Amino acid sequence: MTRKIHPAVVGAQPFQLTARETFDGPIFETEEGKERLEMALSRYPQKTAALLPMLHFVQEKKGWIEPSDMEQVATALDLTPAYVHSIATFYTMYNKHPVGRHLVQVCTNISCHLNKGEEVLARFLQEVGTRQGEMSDDGEFTVMEAECLGACGFATVVQVNDRYFEDVTPESVPDIVAELRADA
Amino acid sequence: MSFPHRHDLETTTLLSRHQGEPAGRSLTPWRELGGYDRLKTAVDMSPAEIIDVVKDSGLRGRGGAGFPTGLKWSFMPKDDGKPHYLCCNADESEPGAFKDREVIRWTPHLLIEGCLIGARAIAAEHVYIYVRGEFFEDTQYLNRAVTEAYEAGLIGSDILGSGWSCDVTVHTGAGAYIAGEETGLMNSLMGNRAEPWAKPPFPAQAGAFGMPTTVNNVETLATVPGIIEGGADWYKQWGSEKSPGTKLWCCSGHLVRPGNYEFELGIPLKDIIFDVCGGTPSGKPVKAVIPGGSSTALLTGDELDCITTYEGMQEAGSSLGTASPIVMDEDTDIVAAIRRIAQFYAHESCGQCVQCREGTSWVVRILQRIEAGDGEIKDIDTLYELCEQMSGRTICVLADSVVFPLKSSLDKFRGEYEARMKPSLVTSGAIHG
Ligand SMILES: Cc1cc2nc3c(=O)[nH]c(=O)nc-3n(C[C@H](O)[C@H](O)[C@H](O)COP(=O)(O)O)c2cc1C
Ligand code: SF4
Ligand code: FES
Repeated sequence: MTRKIHPAVVGAQPFQLTARETFDGPIFETEEGKERLEMALSRYPQKTAALLPMLHFVQEKKGWIEPSDMEQVATALDLTPAYVHSIATFYTMYNKHPVGRHLVQVCTNISCHLNKGEEVLARFLQEVGTRQGEMSDDGEFTVMEAECLGACGFATVVQVNDRYFEDVTPESVPDIVAELRADA
Repeated sequence: MSFPHRHDLETTTLLSRHQGEPAGRSLTPWRELGGYDRLKTAVDMSPAEIIDVVKDSGLRGRGGAGFPTGLKWSFMPKDDGKPHYLCCNADESEPGAFKDREVIRWTPHLLIEGCLIGARAIAAEHVYIYVRGEFFEDTQYLNRAVTEAYEAGLIGSDILGSGWSCDVTVHTGAGAYIAGEETGLMNSLMGNRAEPWAKPPFPAQAGAFGMPTTVNNVETLATVPGIIEGGADWYKQWGSEKSPGTKLWCCSGHLVRPGNYEFELGIPLKDIIFDVCGGTPSGKPVKAVIPGGSSTALLTGDELDCITTYEGMQEAGSSLGTASPIVMDEDTDIVAAIRRIAQFYAHESCGQCVQCREGTSWVVRILQRIEAGDGEIKDIDTLYELCEQMSGRTICVLADSVVFPLKSSLDKFRGEYEARMKPSLVTSGAIHG
């Protein structure tokens, strides 16, 4: 058996939100789409295993995953759209609705809870002027509560898109928001 | 707290020695430090020889359960003609735990070397490193290291000229705590919902893609190269007979110096909390510690004189778990803390088992009520009853994970719960007045 080796990664990749793409046409007929699909397929003995990587790919490009994307992923992997939908909704990282340019996720789990996680969350909401889970009017921010981000010694931990902010205090929130706003 | 975490207590840095240094992140400097020499040793050994050394070393799985690693590997079938897989569990989502991330981002090559040696031991043709999706930045270091190792012929076909071939793929999760449970992980890897399955079939019989599979934690696998190099007796010089070696400690909560530390197993928990981590920032006494990650039984501030081995923590009425003490000072609202933990498990329950799905959210509702001052004494009985119903009756132990902190807090801090209850009609005089 000859194996085609792509010594590269198949899963979630860091992303640039400034260059959000809109896929008007078929995702998996773009050069990058083809390459990412082929790469993922070469790494698993079963096609379905490429599902999470492909959903990551779509989200990396668009920021969220809409039903028509799910259909395209389903077609590419010989799955039903209903199946893809059931997977996309099981995993919390897949955004089923558009989110702001900065998706701010504040951990309020136990170690962060003990280090003012809830206050940090409240402060973000206040600074941004939105409610939890809702995009701010200018499309800049969506702020959400998160479960443990696996960095509990650096509480409070805040994930913004693909980046971790550590040792965040309620007092440091305005600076972070300002930095994010400036990050065009 | 940034790296490196230095402190006064003697530390044994088998795993974490190069954390905080750039050398661990790229191949050339890493090989100068002896990286992949152990892989070279291992490819000259037979799988049975590797398993024997690891068995003799007494290494126990660092994913929480402490199952002997060599023994687990020996369950894999031999010469069955099927593809075998090794899954490296890098899902790290237990609240309180943050050690695997440090291994991944500082010493990715150490992890890869451990994965390859493990793969050789169980005759796996492919290693899947399942990293939680949130670790974007950390995964980049791992991805880069995998690519470098492929280019250097350390992964792929005919590794180091041995004729043995093995692939490594970094697979990223997408936000589901339950994907850390080993069967949930394999389901997730296959593109399914991360729902655990009832065993049998055991992973070594039919795991990922229906094939014999072993699941090991990041820290477990990263420990293996050292054991191959130093030998079983060398490794056993640290720790106790039942808990040999060193362990990464994830210290968080109310601490002056929270962070990751590595110690030989068996030092007193209180030394870690006070000497190493500097006690509480408020200077107030410690009220409680959840010693092994959020799914373990809580200890009071008076119970910290325990020895940090698997058996020592069990004697103390808790467990070593992922060695992640969460420290709470005197001012901590225990009801709120336990409520927050329960909320996590309710959110992460995959919903297959009624006791877990209904039980976890019922617990949260009761705790919220008590926290708000609307509870009644009988709620405590209901919580105990729920603990009973949620123990040992479900497909995986997520339901039990709520019971340990909850029940121990009810046992040890009942007064705090009672003090929050709605003033009863009797004492307010409304009935007998
Ligand atoms: C709900 C649940 C979550 C778990 N999460 C993790 C995890 O994030 N990382 C991990 O290594 N093990 C986790 N485990 C333990 C794994 O099921 C498995 O025992 C472990 O990965 C085996 O590796 P080891 O033998 O090297 O310890 C979890 C178990 C349960 C029940
Ligand atoms: S115990 Fe909970 S998380 Fe585990 S399988 Fe059952 S419902 Fe799912
Ligand atoms: S509790 Fe916040 S990162 Fe773990």
